[in-house]
Amino acid sequence: MSVILEADGIVSGYGEVDILHGVSLLVDEGEIVSVIGPNGAGKSTLLKACFGLLKLRKGKLLLHGEEATGLPPQKMVRKGVSFVPQSENVFPSLTIVENLQMGAFIARDGFKRRLDEIYGLFPALAERPNVKAGKLSGGQRQMLALARALMLDPRLLLLDEPTASLSPLMVGDILEKIRDINQKGVAILIVEQNAREALALCHRGYVLVMGKNAMEDTGQNLLNSEEVGRLYLGG
Amino acid sequence: MAELIVVGLIVGSIIALGAIGLTLVYGILKFANFAHGDLMTLGAYIAFLAFRTGGHLGPLSFGPGMIAAILAAMAFVAVLCVVIDRLVYRPLRRRNANLVILAMASLGMAIILRSVVYLRWGPDTHFYVTGIQQAHNFPLGTKLKPDQMFIGVVAVLSVVLVYLLLYRTKLGRAMRATADNMDLARVSGIDTEHVVVWTWLIGGSLAALAGVLLGIQSHLMPEMGFDFLLPLFSAAILGGVGSPHGALVGAFTVGVSQELSTEWISPAYKPVIAFVLLFAILLVRPQGIFGAKKQ
Repeated sequence: MSVILEADGIVSGYGEVDILHGVSLLVDEGEIVSVIGPNGAGKSTLLKACFGLLKLRKGKLLLHGEEATGLPPQKMVRKGVSFVPQSENVFPSLTIVENLQMGAFIARDGFKRRLDEIYGLFPALAERPNVKAGKLSGGQRQMLALARALMLDPRLLLLDEPTASLSPLMVGDILEKIRDINQKGVAILIVEQNAREALALCHRGYVLVMGKNAMEDTGQNLLNSEEVGRLYLGG
Repeated sequence: MAELIVVGLIVGSIIALGAIGLTLVYGILKFANFAHGDLMTLGAYIAFLAFRTGGHLGPLSFGPGMIAAILAAMAFVAVLCVVIDRLVYRPLRRRNANLVILAMASLGMAIILRSVVYLRWGPDTHFYVTGIQQAHNFPLGTKLKPDQMFIGVVAVLSVVLVYLLLYRTKLGRAMRATADNMDLARVSGIDTEHVVVWTWLIGGSLAALAGVLLGIQSHLMPEMGFDFLLPLFSAAILGGVGSPHGALVGAFTVGVSQELSTEWISPAYKPVIAFVLLFAILLVRPQGIFGAKKQ
């Protein structure tokens, strides 16, 4: 397998404050990788740093083995990486189909074909393409956010807590959808508050504590690990 | 009464051009641009500078020189807006200045622009064309000068063009997306700085056009745009800040109400009406007629 994303010793944060103190991770082609850890461990910060939304003060980023340190989001998108923010991840005053058009903004052609593929994956969106995103329920909104990020057919999808603030029923649907997306060959790097679900879903997982790598193993092993269970899975 | 409504619609269409620009800039950059009125003034005076008299377009008081002058004013103010953004607003944005700082900066810019107009053209009133124009009679006892019809037609056409741009083009969709959520627009690969440039080009040229039309409707004065700021803000807020059709509806509401009020009160007090409308809407529906509630 070849490596899509490699982060090496990343130091980053907001303003003058460092949140990440040298974090490293790898995502292989076709893999689901999850990052779990306590609140404030820097999980979302790591994702933003990997997508060029935050400046790296130290460390480097490689995409397909090529230097990608310091690339802005617009460039990351062109290199086959998409990002779904945790909240406010759709354009509320735009319709469903307009949101998807924005997802494909930099694509030159093939919009219709891609739209059909995406509608195939998210049939609920195809039913009412002209409804404004602001009128959708939380779960549907999250589906649209995933669909928007997939419009460019990325190789790697970064998901920032996709199940946060959803009803337990919707959480299952979204995780199911994430598995479907991965089955189609898209590698996924997911940051989750629902650590148990995330570990069950992923191939490999990283535990982040205080902005540093604490553990790294297969999802199953982390799920079975006594230490992880005690610290992060509530018993 | 009917005549006041017609005049109100004409003035309303001028307010609409300014208010749509104001609301677009607010939508994308999230600050109230207090210099918008003075951009109108500058546009009017640039057209005055560029205007060559001679000839008549049909029954209008001016010739083809006015069309050229309007285009020159629109281009000048549009580019000036981009330059001002680069020199003033963008550096502030990059430092995460809050909206009060940006609004104050725009107030300073308003004073600078007005001072330039005072320096170059003085405090006296100017006219594009002097002389009296024959008004045409219309049903219900309304009288309308050809120039006023020109103002109405140009304003309506421009609004239609802006709508086509916003709702039928890729750039327009990107502008609306950026207004909705600039971070998400960037994440989607949209070059938001590019969108900002287009927003200023459109807002600036509409302001200049509004200024020239206002000059044609009455006359040129250094305070003309600043005095117009209140109706502009009323219209934009009335309709819901950030909403182009809100600005449109707000503009006609303010324009017609102001003119109608002169039936009962002295015209000198008509700006009060814009204020009253503003208060009323803020009390009853703070997000404006078409504004979205904060999520």
